[in-house]
Amino acid sequence: MPNQRREDMLPGDTVPISTRREFLRRAAIATALVSPAAFTGCHVLGAAGKNKLDFGDDFGLLNLMLVLETTEVRFYERVISAPPRDLRPGEFEILRDIKANERQHLRFLKRALGPLRVKVPASNFSSVDFTSRRSVLETARNFEDNGVATLNGAGRRVKLPEFLTIAGKLVSVEGRHAASLRDMLNPGSRDFAGDDVVDENGLDRAITPDESLRRSSKLLVNPPRIVGI
Amino acid sequence: MTPKRLLEADPELEQQLLTRREAIGRGARTSSSVAAGLAMGSVPVALAAVAKDAFAQGGLPGVIVDVLNFALTLEYLEAEFYNRGLAAPGLIRQEWRAQVDQIRKHEDAHVAFLRRTLGSRAVNKPTFDYTAGDGSGNGPFRDVFTNERTFFAVAQAFEDTGVRAYKGQAAYLMDNRDILVAALQIHSVEARHAAQIRRLRNQKAWIVGDSRGDLPPNTQAIYDGDDNRFHFILAQPASGISMTHSFDEPLTKGQILRIVAPFIVGGAP
Repeated sequence: MPNQRREDMLPGDTVPISTRREFLRRAAIATALVSPAAFTGCHVLGAAGKNKLDFGDDFGLLNLMLVLETTEVRFYERVISAPPRDLRPGEFEILRDIKANERQHLRFLKRALGPLRVKVPASNFSSVDFTSRRSVLETARNFEDNGVATLNGAGRRVKLPEFLTIAGKLVSVEGRHAASLRDMLNPGSRDFAGDDVVDENGLDRAITPDESLRRSSKLLVNPPRIVGI
Repeated sequence: MTPKRLLEADPELEQQLLTRREAIGRGARTSSSVAAGLAMGSVPVALAAVAKDAFAQGGLPGVIVDVLNFALTLEYLEAEFYNRGLAAPGLIRQEWRAQVDQIRKHEDAHVAFLRRTLGSRAVNKPTFDYTAGDGSGNGPFRDVFTNERTFFAVAQAFEDTGVRAYKGQAAYLMDNRDILVAALQIHSVEARHAAQIRRLRNQKAWIVGDSRGDLPPNTQAIYDGDDNRFHFILAQPASGISMTHSFDEPLTKGQILRIVAPFIVGGAP
């Protein structure tokens, strides 16, 4: 890829840094991300403590996404290692792609958070029947719809434009997953963007971090609390 | 989403609307459209009215108006496209019509929503040439409304473009969070549409690398740069192709306008 194009694509280019304070703020965060070793106290940026997601800054959102994506990756890995026997042709490959996408998202989040990363709770998949195509696809669909709604809702509180851009890069991939899973569950229907998720203004759902965790809570052992909102 | 659910989802919006409601209660000067929106219990109407009020008071920055008008132009393009496609006899096979109609419904709704939000500042609908012929009606997609294959190829081009367009504009809307969240809510719907059109065309729902798949070379600009692996200040380490279909990439307004210009008679605005 030519340099010029990469420059075009850098999210930092989308909004000019207008003030000295803004520049310093971003530089501080950039430094923290580039050299986590130089960064001794997680509290400096108001990071989350034990089993809490602190939305006092953007790391709360990244940590919420870390919790959701980690849970998703554990789920998809289990599905791929022992797929339901009644999957239809082509569906295994789709689930394998989705797993790969979520692993990449998780990888990004881990690196972006560095030492600010919270401990992700253990997963509880007792509500999922891993031998049933329908149970697996419905669980996956709920993950993806929830991810879309969480990232859309996060637009209300994300502070750094760079993180808004990152959220945007992830959310449309989650939307593509959600539509695919919905279409697999009800092929040829309007469900890929059904009236249960898209309203009369053509708007997808947007939910608060609390609502997002509540919807995922049955899959999490001892879910974290949201603070700082 | 019902208005009630929007309120539940957005406590800050609720607070803002409640503040408005209190203001109305106190007899503060509030436009009748806001009052009407609240009285109807219709959040979107009220939301649009709040935005219009803010604008009337000089509060809605020109940059937001520009972004919304840019989005509106793309939504006009998509909405008329699906309406004409569905009206073209024998173009779309029966078993796909409901899905296309669902997309058509959303694009019409997006046009209406953006027009309401912009009020008198909304741009007019351009005249479109869906053959991509710069108004000649004889461009590379000249059989777009008579050949189903061409129609769905153009549909994929529009949807994948729309996703990248909204993504590129989000950061400009950060000063108005109601409008930003609404734009994000449209953005993910476009992603759902893109996925479904791609699936109907036997393509993966996600973009692999910067591949246009089986689309013609004149659509390559829609996919250029989607193989980017630099996110924020981090380079995602190489680990096979999944790396590049895990992140959708933004395009700038200029890049988008160059892509859609051949479809707009008189060129891009």
